[in-house]
Amino acid sequence: MQILAQLIVSGIAVGMIYGVIAFGYQLTFATSKTLNFGQGEALMLGALVGLTVQSYVGYWAMLPVALAFGLAQGAVVERLGVRQAIKIGSESGWIMSTIALGIIFSNLAENIWGRDDLKFPSPLSETPIDIAGVRVLPMEIVIVIGAILLMLAVELFNRRSIFGKAVVATANDRGAAGLMGINTSMVITFSYALSSMTAAFAGVLVAPVTLTGATMGAVLGLKAFAVAIIGGLNSGFGVVVGGLILGITETLTGFYLSTGYKDVPGLVLLLLVLSFKPSGLFGKKTIKKV
Amino acid sequence: MLRRNLLVATAILSGLMMSSAMAEEPIKIGISGPFTGGSSSMGVSMRDGVKLAIAEINKAGGVLGRPLLGVERDDEARNELGVQIAQELINKEKVVATVGFINTGVALASQRFYQEAEIPVFNNVATGTIVTQQFAAPKEKTNYIFRNAANDIIQSAMIVEEAITRRGFKKPAILADSTNYGQLGREDLVRALAAKGLKPVAEEKFNIKDTDMTAQLLRAKEAGADVILTYGIGPELAQIANGQAKLGWKVPLVGSWTLSMSSFIDTAAVNGDGAMMPQTFIQTPNTPKRRAFIESYQAAYKTDRMPSPVSAAQGYDSIYLLAAAIKQANSTEGRKIREALENLNTKVEGVITVYDHPFSATDHEAISGNIPVFGLVKDGRVVAAHDEDVTGDKAIRTKPRS
Repeated sequence: MQILAQLIVSGIAVGMIYGVIAFGYQLTFATSKTLNFGQGEALMLGALVGLTVQSYVGYWAMLPVALAFGLAQGAVVERLGVRQAIKIGSESGWIMSTIALGIIFSNLAENIWGRDDLKFPSPLSETPIDIAGVRVLPMEIVIVIGAILLMLAVELFNRRSIFGKAVVATANDRGAAGLMGINTSMVITFSYALSSMTAAFAGVLVAPVTLTGATMGAVLGLKAFAVAIIGGLNSGFGVVVGGLILGITETLTGFYLSTGYKDVPGLVLLLLVLSFKPSGLFGKKTIKKV
Repeated sequence: MLRRNLLVATAILSGLMMSSAMAEEPIKIGISGPFTGGSSSMGVSMRDGVKLAIAEINKAGGVLGRPLLGVERDDEARNELGVQIAQELINKEKVVATVGFINTGVALASQRFYQEAEIPVFNNVATGTIVTQQFAAPKEKTNYIFRNAANDIIQSAMIVEEAITRRGFKKPAILADSTNYGQLGREDLVRALAAKGLKPVAEEKFNIKDTDMTAQLLRAKEAGADVILTYGIGPELAQIANGQAKLGWKVPLVGSWTLSMSSFIDTAAVNGDGAMMPQTFIQTPNTPKRRAFIESYQAAYKTDRMPSPVSAAQGYDSIYLLAAAIKQANSTEGRKIREALENLNTKVEGVITVYDHPFSATDHEAISGNIPVFGLVKDGRVVAAHDEDVTGDKAIRTKPRS
């Protein structure tokens, strides 16, 4: 029983990391029906920038800098890689350009920070907390709480603020929103900025428990993409649940089946979802009118 | 006026070119290794050791009256890049021999070209057992691949000897990564355990970049393991040590020499203390030769701690072995150098050991099982695990002559 609890707790910590990255995919998909395939790289850049900044001002004061950097980085990706593709109505141009930008970013990071994995000093004690025999690192608790808070903040912003309403309007019907006087291309840029901001935030959250380096985003970005598909690309709640499902399945399979097959059930789940509910477990069906 | 100046300049320039052409042409030696990326601490240390040896030899007058020239190329631990570099070094740079290779995969992919061109390759870090066997008889008549690193069979036997016999653990669990390195090493460990009549209580796998080791560690713990044997590389090994600390399950880590990588020591920090691994060289000045080597390395590269002392020492020794062979062959022809290596008449005093007939036509491994000692991570450094292994007449261990 204690082992099961330990596995689930570890799975939640990992799953929350996937969830918060997948949340970033969901943000841009909602407004523009495009995705930033460089999401993992946005996370990596956020973590590395955070690593450098925190060495001067400490961890907590670094957070706003990392968030601002994420915002700027996302806006750059949208301007360079996505805007043109949307303008000419290209169905797939943005796929290549966001992947290309991701590669450029990771090369850039290799040149600045080197290709070695670096240690990100933990702002909290690295002694685990023991709750009824289940051991958890303080930083893992911060990851879960931080991720939930960030997602709540973004949702609240979208629902309550006038700007957020513009985002929701664009998400619902871009053409109509444009006719109502909403600057939809601005909204899309903003959603990219917001999406990279969540990634950068995820980066500085997870860096103290994982390692930090130019290649840290690749695997996480890919897993988060699977999570986004499982949970549903247009449901913020769905991707969080999707993340938890994947994280917990991974640790449970690793323990009860074999560590060699740790990644398999997640991918099987992905295939099942794609065949039986392509819009994701919590996704709304989208009808594409031609 | 201008024309005259030009004439003078041309005359001076051509004079310069003449004189440099008349100076002895250097003997080119290729250096292939990852100088960036996850295994760069090993690659860079190896390269620096090689360069140190080349500088010393040149200062003493070179080989056959010609200076040595290292041609270094970064293979980024990528097989396909290693192949490109091999072709460039052979066909364009016309190297006499190549030293290096940190990654077994890169070595296996690149060596074919040297074998075909009959140019000797000196593996000074890669440990895959198959590396020197790739072209061994009966596959090919002659084998151009040599090595002065402790291969995985030697290491796995040592790991088992240390954990089971010397320290008396009875229930080993194996944690190995899913790469060729980890899985081949795992097989070697299982065989070495079987030789002691033991079976691992758990054999767990993890992927490169895995950040959560809870499942692997809990399985090993539930199986009642009292020691963890590892085959992986620095970053993930650090996650194992950190995961152990998180679960509050402190059993010793004994594993392949990669537990001495700075990426393990630095990221695991205090959690990595006590990890043990076979080392051909530990940064301790217990012989005059080692003291001189450590001091000149520290002076040349302005660092106190060598990023990977084993790689630096093996890199350094590989050049001295090669130089001795070129001298004996009295030629830079690959075939003659290979023959000289296989029957080296002079004793070569290296940092790791004194090489006395290290190779034969059938044995291309300079390091035998008795040479490496156990290192221990302590306060961010690798020290000798057992002082009695490195003092007195045991300080220099030599390969028994067959």
